Amino acid sequence: MDMLKISHVEKHFGKKQVLKDVSFELAPNKIYALLGRNGAGKSTLLSIMIDALRANKGTIKMGDQPISDNDEMLGKIYLMSSESSLDNVMFQRYLKLKDIFKANESFYGGFDWETAGQMVNKFGISLDVAYSKFSTGQKTMAKLVLALCLPVDYVFLDEPVLGLDANHRDLFYQELLKSYSNRPRTFVISTHLIGEIDQLVEHVLILDDGRIIVDQPTEALLDHCFLISGPVKAVDEYTQDLHIIHQQTLANIKTAYVFGKLNDRQAIPDTVKIEHYDLQHLFMYITNDRGLENA
Amino acid sequence: MHFSFDQTSPIYQQIAAQLEEMIFTGGFKEGSQIPSTNELSRELHINPATVLKGMNLLVDAGLLEKHRGMGTFVSKGAHAQVVEERRKSFYDEYVVNVVDEAQKLNLSEERLIELIKRGYEENGHAEN
Repeated sequence: MDMLKISHVEKHFGKKQVLKDVSFELAPNKIYALLGRNGAGKSTLLSIMIDALRANKGTIKMGDQPISDNDEMLGKIYLMSSESSLDNVMFQRYLKLKDIFKANESFYGGFDWETAGQMVNKFGISLDVAYSKFSTGQKTMAKLVLALCLPVDYVFLDEPVLGLDANHRDLFYQELLKSYSNRPRTFVISTHLIGEIDQLVEHVLILDDGRIIVDQPTEALLDHCFLISGPVKAVDEYTQDLHIIHQQTLANIKTAYVFGKLNDRQAIPDTVKIEHYDLQHLFMYITNDRGLENA
Repeated sequence: MHFSFDQTSPIYQQIAAQLEEMIFTGGFKEGSQIPSTNELSRELHINPATVLKGMNLLVDAGLLEKHRGMGTFVSKGAHAQVVEERRKSFYDEYVVNVVDEAQKLNLSEERLIELIKRGYEENGHAEN
């Protein structure tokens, strides 16, 4: 299994530039998060990564082969999204779920019917019902079953829990990890429910306004997230050379969100408390509107 | 079995600490099999690589043993080893903090010793 390399991808729709010099690599057998605010360019990027959309500049290669127009390479990548062909192509919508699975089985050269059968039962949907008759949540379930049962090396999940209740989201995360341990491959999960996946992903990519601003292993990333609180003066002194991404002050107590290394040579004052904060807060504060941040 | 996680330290360390706690409390008996990496991963929604890293800390410490093709088991003598390590760190982890807090509250040494005695009386099942 080869690396998937995204190099200097640019995309504009008319005058609006949606992706700006996007470069990163996906390694085999890892679970990635692709995070970004609404409109950051996540879905556009994923569409380009399966050659459903053409970039204006840049390349996507698997190993050393460009994936563009390369059916062999494209047969190893699958994108599950809310705007998939299942929803758009007229005739597909009226097919029964099992016929949709069969059509994909022949295109991708295989399908794990056993796992699909188990997942369909657990989600409580039927193989003999037309896709168009499903509710929003059931459509998501059907797409997840398809995504997890195809024999591809790269699975991209764009909003994989759209419309799912807490129980079904829990079931999905379990099925994903089961599928991953049975057959390791690369997953990219794009979601807004960051708190639900922060320990599940090994690596985090954050796309902000068309640029990749974070590309790091989860553990190393969280290791650089420090929450520093205490009396305003003490916190200000301790954090003066540190990279603060957000701060709030309540009475005389200040809380600073630092992203980066602490200064080892500087003693930590007794009155100052240092903790860690989570991925969701990091995401919120580094993708915040810069105008507000610096005001 | 119940796990809970916070932001204080990397998750793999918290997994190791909680497995150790279960060995300490007897939740996992010596010689018994513990859940596999994949089972824990699925149950806790944590990446299997992270779970494995946590488990390996305890394998390296000699508290867990991997038996090829069979699974991971609690080592013989693991409980005594945890007790021994915790006795060693008891002073640093508990006594130092208690004394520190007592001083901040202006509690005298005599008063603190009285309180510790009271703790023993009220806790009933004292030391062994």
